[in-house]
Amino acid sequence: MTVKPALIVIREKDNVATATRDIRAGEQLSVALGGKQVALTARQDVHFLHKVALHDITPGERIYKYGAVIGEATRRIAAGEHVHVHNIRSLWGRPKA
Amino acid sequence: MELSGYRRPDGRIGFRNHVLVLPTVACANGVASAIIRKAPEAVMLPMDSGCGMLKEDQIVFAKTLTNLAGNPNVAAVLCVGLGCEAFKPDQARTAIERFGKPVRSIAMHSAGGYAATVDKGVAMVRQLAAEVSRLRREPVEVSDLVLGLNCGASDPASGLTANQALGAAVDLLVDAGGSAIIGETTECVGAEEEMAANAASPELARRIIDTVHRFEGHVKMYGADLSTGEPNQGNMEAGLSTLEEKSLGCIRKIGSRPIVDVIEYADLPSKKGPMLMDSPSYDAPSVTGIVAGGAQVVVFTTGLGTPFGMSIVPVIKVMSNTPAFKRMEDTADLNAGAILDGEETIQQTGKRLFELVLDVANGRTTKAEDLGENQCQIWRTTLTL
Repeated sequence: MTVKPALIVIREKDNVATATRDIRAGEQLSVALGGKQVALTARQDVHFLHKVALHDITPGERIYKYGAVIGEATRRIAAGEHVHVHNIRSLWGRPKA
Repeated sequence: MELSGYRRPDGRIGFRNHVLVLPTVACANGVASAIIRKAPEAVMLPMDSGCGMLKEDQIVFAKTLTNLAGNPNVAAVLCVGLGCEAFKPDQARTAIERFGKPVRSIAMHSAGGYAATVDKGVAMVRQLAAEVSRLRREPVEVSDLVLGLNCGASDPASGLTANQALGAAVDLLVDAGGSAIIGETTECVGAEEEMAANAASPELARRIIDTVHRFEGHVKMYGADLSTGEPNQGNMEAGLSTLEEKSLGCIRKIGSRPIVDVIEYADLPSKKGPMLMDSPSYDAPSVTGIVAGGAQVVVFTTGLGTPFGMSIVPVIKVMSNTPAFKRMEDTADLNAGAILDGEETIQQTGKRLFELVLDVANGRTTKAEDLGENQCQIWRTTLTL
């Protein structure tokens, strides 16, 4: 019986993954990315269906999910960190750079 | 699976055979409810308006009401009103006559009061019900199906499971010659480029983008920031962070086949295939517009769960994840959480959903129908006076 992966990535371009179950801070995770397995440590508790950063992200950097831009980072985000309204924001209404 | 339905005088196929008691203004909701309590063979649709509107909204109200009555799931109609509203019962009756189905009307002011309207209304309903009970289903094609699509109470799984599975089901439907209507223009904001890239022509791509921009312009007219309402509180607690993230998940519903048209709210399609109807994202007016457009079955994907239903159309509820399905199982018809659990692929769930759509069209009832759920709201884009 294979254990269901804790994170799923939709497109290779994505820099966030979605939690398929509640993840606890400190958990060692493995996520399939571009045919390889990438190791990641959860830096906070991440609830079922919330997002986790796959790489370090800088302020203003675009966030990709579904291979498309879903917003931008409002502060530095480390790989393994919870990604949500506290560190990303919508680009709606803002000038497209 | 063989499909069978009712051929209506205007040529469209219905998959239910309802007698509809239709209020022409909210003031008549009570008397309409009283009529169907005494004549439960009929159903009604509750109105939230019909008065206190500017001309723009009066026009949309009258068109939507007429086209709701025209939906092929409706076999016969009784229009019930007060007599002073913008779209009076006899005017509604005249408009509905174009569909060729039996239609009657009654207004409280001329019927002689509340009790008289109920008694006369019940007698008319019983006559109409006897008439339509003689109608029989006949074999029809999948290409006769117009599927309404909606998502509500979304969570991040909606875009990963339920909406993807629905898109796969829509592909099967469209490949068989059927149609699907996606609404919720609000939830194309942030994903309009992706949607337009799937248009059947550059002109259509332009129209998709223009329709979305028109909606954004409407929001800006109020000096409002769309991102304060989208995603909503429930969406955010579930994990959706931005409007774009929600929208990119939502547009998955329409599938991968080229979008063939963009139509105005509550208009009847003139083409077959997948299309966009301009409508708000709030469930009740969105589904109301799509059902006015003639959708005979609606698939409603949801992450958190909702009992949503509408009397004249079966609404199939598809849950995005298994924990939510277990919590809201008495409102849900299919669990797409199997995708997240690794038990099914998107294609497998999509096929299972497509088969359920056909089964429901053939007469299997949905949880929403069993519960008697009944929401209806006609989109108002200007003011309440």
